[in-house]
Amino acid sequence: MSEQDDLARELVAEVREQLDPLDADLMTLEASPQGPSASAAIARVFRTIHSLKGTCGFLGFARLEALTHVGESLLMLLRDGERVPTPARVDALLQLVDAVRGFLDRIEATGGEGEEGCDALRSRLEALAELDPAVDARAAGAADAASLDADTPAPPTVAASTGAGAAPAPAITPASVDADPGDALPTPVTETTPADRASPPPPSAPPAVAEDGATPLAAARSTIRVDVQLLDTLMNLVSELVLARNQILQNTDRHEKQALTAASQRLNLITTELQAGVMQTRMQPIDQVWSHLPRVVRDIARSRGKLVRVVMEGRETELDKTIIEAIKDPLTHIVRNAVDHGIEDAFDRDVAGKPSSGTLRLRAFHDGGQVIVEVTDDGAGIDLARVREKAVARLGRRPAEVARMSDRELLQLVFEPGFSTAEAVTNVSGRGVGMDVVRTNIERIGGTVDLQSTPGEGTEVRFKIPLTLAIIPALLVNCGAHRFAVPQASLLELVLLDLSDPAAFERVAGAPVYRLRGALLPLVSLAAVLGLEHDDPLAGGTREGVAHIVVVQADEQRFGLVVNDVLDTQEIVVKPLSHHLKGLGCYAGATIMGDGEVALILDNLGLAERAGLTSDVQTAAADEQGPAATDARREGFLLLGVADHTVAVRLPDVARLETFSVTSIERTMDGEVVQYRGDILPLARVDARLGLPRKTAAPGPNVRVVVCRSEHGNVGLVVDTILDVVEEHVESRRTTRRPGLAGSAVLQGRVIDLLDLPALFSLAA
Amino acid sequence: MSHSFCTFELAGELFCVPVEAVQEVIRHHAATPVPLSPPAVRGLINLRGQIVVVVDLARLLGIDTARSDAEPPNIVVHTSDGPLSLEVDDIGDVLDVDPEAIEAPPPTMPSALRRLTRGVCKLEGRLMILLDVDRTLERVGSDRPPPADPLRPAPAVA
Repeated sequence: MSEQDDLARELVAEVREQLDPLDADLMTLEASPQGPSASAAIARVFRTIHSLKGTCGFLGFARLEALTHVGESLLMLLRDGERVPTPARVDALLQLVDAVRGFLDRIEATGGEGEEGCDALRSRLEALAELDPAVDARAAGAADAASLDADTPAPPTVAASTGAGAAPAPAITPASVDADPGDALPTPVTETTPADRASPPPPSAPPAVAEDGATPLAAARSTIRVDVQLLDTLMNLVSELVLARNQILQNTDRHEKQALTAASQRLNLITTELQAGVMQTRMQPIDQVWSHLPRVVRDIARSRGKLVRVVMEGRETELDKTIIEAIKDPLTHIVRNAVDHGIEDAFDRDVAGKPSSGTLRLRAFHDGGQVIVEVTDDGAGIDLARVREKAVARLGRRPAEVARMSDRELLQLVFEPGFSTAEAVTNVSGRGVGMDVVRTNIERIGGTVDLQSTPGEGTEVRFKIPLTLAIIPALLVNCGAHRFAVPQASLLELVLLDLSDPAAFERVAGAPVYRLRGALLPLVSLAAVLGLEHDDPLAGGTREGVAHIVVVQADEQRFGLVVNDVLDTQEIVVKPLSHHLKGLGCYAGATIMGDGEVALILDNLGLAERAGLTSDVQTAAADEQGPAATDARREGFLLLGVADHTVAVRLPDVARLETFSVTSIERTMDGEVVQYRGDILPLARVDARLGLPRKTAAPGPNVRVVVCRSEHGNVGLVVDTILDVVEEHVESRRTTRRPGLAGSAVLQGRVIDLLDLPALFSLAA
Repeated sequence: MSHSFCTFELAGELFCVPVEAVQEVIRHHAATPVPLSPPAVRGLINLRGQIVVVVDLARLLGIDTARSDAEPPNIVVHTSDGPLSLEVDDIGDVLDVDPEAIEAPPPTMPSALRRLTRGVCKLEGRLMILLDVDRTLERVGSDRPPPADPLRPAPAVA
């Protein structure tokens, strides 16, 4: 019996892998029933179901066999062109795939196929296999003439297709890892280049796939199934080997014995290659998780009457096996949410002026030793007002507290347990469990989830997943007696800070900053963030010695991490931290150094957050210093025409350009004002304030106003014309004593007066 | 049917954990401190390639120990979150205890300690506290220092 069980389990593992491509193939068929890849898709599905039927008969799973038999009959008719793959038929076949999955679950759990016979589905498949004159009339003709494509009916509405190209998955995607014994760095079978995806697979591909899918023996020749646990053990051993190698290298540095040095160098090379190889065996493209998503999207979109297009970017992005497993459920949940709640139905989208088909974009890429996975929809976005209501109603927050929260903080509430914004509880989502579970699961593997939403434009969920099992290059730094590792991927540059120089760094309201090539770089003292005050090189009155600025990029934030000393770069083995320490947010993991000591790996993003560099602040700061960052000495100016003169204001002072009707100008005791964006905007007529003669031409019905930022809020400059925006490197300036002017500068080869805004406004009209 | 317990001394009390929960007993390792970690966390050690959190058990239990040994022995226990190394005063024998001889902790025990106690074993002439390993682990997480403000000096972490 147990042998039978083993066989059954193997069958389950094998068939499961074959089922995922079926979804893709069937959806290809649904999208373009007469398309060039349709017949290949049918053939593949047929072969898989056929071989499954055979295996089931052999193992004595009569019910599963009976079910697959009916499916096979229909597929045979489709393959031979005697029936047309109508949406109803494809749908039934998709259900068949689901039913087979159900059988597999039961076989895996109990060893038997259970009592469920799926009779309804069987009869449905049988009924659909009958000749339907309405649709199959042309089937026989279609089979022999490709030229008929022109007058074949338009493909049925596509509920979901894999955006870049609906080409079927070109190869079987085994859940276990393929190892190619002939190559030191095996490449997974599933690797697809973007070019491949855009076009149907080459003619030679389908037969190869058929070999893989239909006869497991053929597959066994080039790939072997390896227990993941064995790979885990191998990975741990290699990590140990890397550490031992590091120790040996450290010691042989001082050795003169040539033979030993040579041997250790060889050991070094071999270890590096072995490490890469073992790591590679554990890597799988993220497509492993993504491949089933178009199906999920299709089903939900169909049941909700929505049209959703799935676009995938970076399917080949590789992730460690364990991480692939861990993100599967959270990712599926987010995708379900996006389709169910995010994307509106076609009618609402039309009303909102969007294309009637919504887009769900999945994007994955490597960034700084981490993998970023984004799920973006172009739906309605999250209604913050409703989030506020729910926060009060369901999470028991106080209305005043909720009212004070920033948008970003509000969105974070979505991840709280018991929160759900769905209007109705549907069978897909909206049960109030979910987002909190998503966050917990992602945090369990040391990742983070971030949510951004623009009402009316859509929602983006961003997973940041660390390569917990990876071996990464890192920079070792010292902070007091502590040693830390900074992942090299996020490192931009190193700057030596001479603390004895009083101008080494500056402070803005207490916050240390450094002028890096003219742009302000916020400094974060590692010691201060970690509460190691007496090691803080920036603190205290006595400035002496040197410190180092490690310029790092964390997410969209760039900042300088100030440390006491920079030691070395080294390959380190990232080991996950225990749950409680992970919660601190400052550490991405720990590692063992060449000397056997433990060092902590810094999490730059966590440090930035802890130091108060939130994204909001940072983005705003980046916007403001945008032009300055490109070339510190270039300045932007807005040129204005006032009473036949040209004057300029600095671009950063300009908020907006507006036109007001003369009739909207109102007079107060304090001068002219207009009502502007719910506020009162004081106006200053530049010509009058500078004492220039008013332009003689008759005033028009409108006035041009430059809204400028000032410390007392916005002010409006009334000018005659707005001439140009120039960005120039100002070489020479001249100061002036004329009130209202800051001086003059050469812009575009002409000497132009610069307005002094505060002075201009204090001048009486 | 009696159970085996691994015993250890801490602040004059006799403690024990089930032998199945014990991975090993190790001598003192110099731990790498983890800034900002809960106060009871001594740091991290490298236990044959495995990174293990060392916890000052006395501090966690809220009891005082006038330990003379600057390099106390550790008892490494299995928890749901991987191994945890507990600093103790002294390691004792493995004892077999009849489950009948284990009682619920008396309500008069200090509450911090009582919450982490699974029971009290009545030995001949002595009482022994049966430590709840998983609750101890949970306690490590809840034992948080106040969030550090980078602009204000926080208590230095040793």
